[in-house]
Amino acid sequence: MDAYAPILVLGLLAAGFAVFSVTLTTFTGPKRYNRAKVDAYECGIEPTPQPMGGGRFPVKYYLTAMMFIIFDIEIVFLYPWAVAFDQLPLFVFLAMMLFLFNLTVPYVYEWRRGGLDWD
Amino acid sequence: MSEYTFNDPWWLIILKVLAIFVGLVLMTLFTIWWERRVVSRMQNRIGPNRVGPFGLLQSLMDGFKLGLKEEIIPKTAHLAVYWIAPVISATMAFLAFAVIPFGPMVSIFGVETPLQLTDFPVSVLYVLAIASIGVYGIVLAGWSSGSTYPLLGGLRSSAQMISYELAMSMSFVAVFLYAGTMSTSGIVAAQEPIWYAVILLPSLLIYATAMVGETNRAPFDLPEAEGELVGGFHTEYSSLKFALFFLAEYINMVTVSALATTLFLGGWIAPWPLSLWDGANVGWWPLLWWFVKVQLFIFAFIWLRGTLPRLRYDQFMRFGWKVLIPASLLWIVIVAAARVVRNEFSVTTQELLLLGGGLLVVIIVGSWVLQVRSERRERAQVEAAKAEMDKPFDPYAGGYPVPPLPGQEFTYTSRRAKAAVVEGTATRTATAVLPGESADAPVPSTSDPEEGTHA
Repeated sequence: MDAYAPILVLGLLAAGFAVFSVTLTTFTGPKRYNRAKVDAYECGIEPTPQPMGGGRFPVKYYLTAMMFIIFDIEIVFLYPWAVAFDQLPLFVFLAMMLFLFNLTVPYVYEWRRGGLDWD
Repeated sequence: MSEYTFNDPWWLIILKVLAIFVGLVLMTLFTIWWERRVVSRMQNRIGPNRVGPFGLLQSLMDGFKLGLKEEIIPKTAHLAVYWIAPVISATMAFLAFAVIPFGPMVSIFGVETPLQLTDFPVSVLYVLAIASIGVYGIVLAGWSSGSTYPLLGGLRSSAQMISYELAMSMSFVAVFLYAGTMSTSGIVAAQEPIWYAVILLPSLLIYATAMVGETNRAPFDLPEAEGELVGGFHTEYSSLKFALFFLAEYINMVTVSALATTLFLGGWIAPWPLSLWDGANVGWWPLLWWFVKVQLFIFAFIWLRGTLPRLRYDQFMRFGWKVLIPASLLWIVIVAAARVVRNEFSVTTQELLLLGGGLLVVIIVGSWVLQVRSERRERAQVEAAKAEMDKPFDPYAGGYPVPPLPGQEFTYTSRRAKAAVVEGTATRTATAVLPGESADAPVPSTSDPEEGTHA
């Protein structure tokens, strides 16, 4: 059998269990309506306006996400290189070192510009 | 290449899937109980001991209780996403376990099969991919609740997980370099002579740190920082939906521990004194070694939680981006350079070790010299500051009364000088000298209080 088929079976079982659990409490739990109970939780005070749709959060998260993509691409290149390392000539090692250096330059730049400082 | 070919009959696949599923649920129940007991002992308490023998059924009963609780869905929630988020989290947590090897070939009902659900040449990449999808569950849960705290907690959590995923993924590169494969069973087989925890210790240290950040556990449990964010991304979740997030967190804990065992502690291979026994690495015994190794990591998780306070978010991000990532990059370069020297220049391992030892000595001596020099500079500064303290001190010199530092003596200021200061005609004659500043500019003399009027 295909090596990936068992994953599908496990995924179906896990998803089935999760969907079952999520829907189960709709039938087993009590239902007592209370206006305050269905408000967004904010330590008992009136909830502030919606963060969803029009809400704002720090742009720092985008910066982190972009840095993540850059480094993730670096890792995507590092993995096959590492696996095939012993079969590759010296040139490939040097090429990878150059690639790492090229990615370190913007990393250092962002570090010095304070892009990695969280306030 | 993967070690085994996987062509199990369909009933065996279903049996293995069921075993993994039930095993993970039991492991979660056990780990929650175990964690509560151990933390209790660390805090001079007893912990849950009423439900079942030693309180073992406590977490199961907690699960049942959650199932009988009212489900509160905030009216601001985006319903579809709100329902899907816990399903994503829990499913992905289970899925990551599909490629973990538990043992060698065994015979189940007459069929020879490895103790592993499946394996392919990119298994570790698959685990990382599944872990990345798991982040969706968290960020969607935070966003769809339509509430402030869950949104902040979800964003924090995702930023944290992707930051630490980088360090985690980079720590694997050295392992792949040595094993020459990404298949989990292949990596275990490559560790037959020696565990990677021994030869690639920095990788293990980076991974062990990153895995705590990746699973949002103490001391990196910032998404659940109660003082700031209530419960983080699952603040608005109740009853079994909350239980699913809890389940996912604990399964992830088991998964990263199992991955650490597979990549660094030789998987199911028996540790040294046991490996002298011929039967240690065949049949069902390896399952026990594997379990003990995984439990070691889980105990470390609990120990950390019982010991360390939570980090601040900026400290946490700084540690991930400015310590773990450069350290792992540097380590990759060192390992690859050592490997290439060994491959290309026919250097023996002994010579390589000598070279590395020499480098280490140079680094240690160099840092020692730097240390001595900086200490000497510091001492000179302290002495200069002391000398400054012995000079008489004029509290009205800068126009404002300044309290003297301990050990400083007052000096006399004439009325004329004070008047000149008030009129603004006097130059700054003296200020209180702080220990760090004295080495820089020469401080004007305060010996002549009349001097100020000449300006």
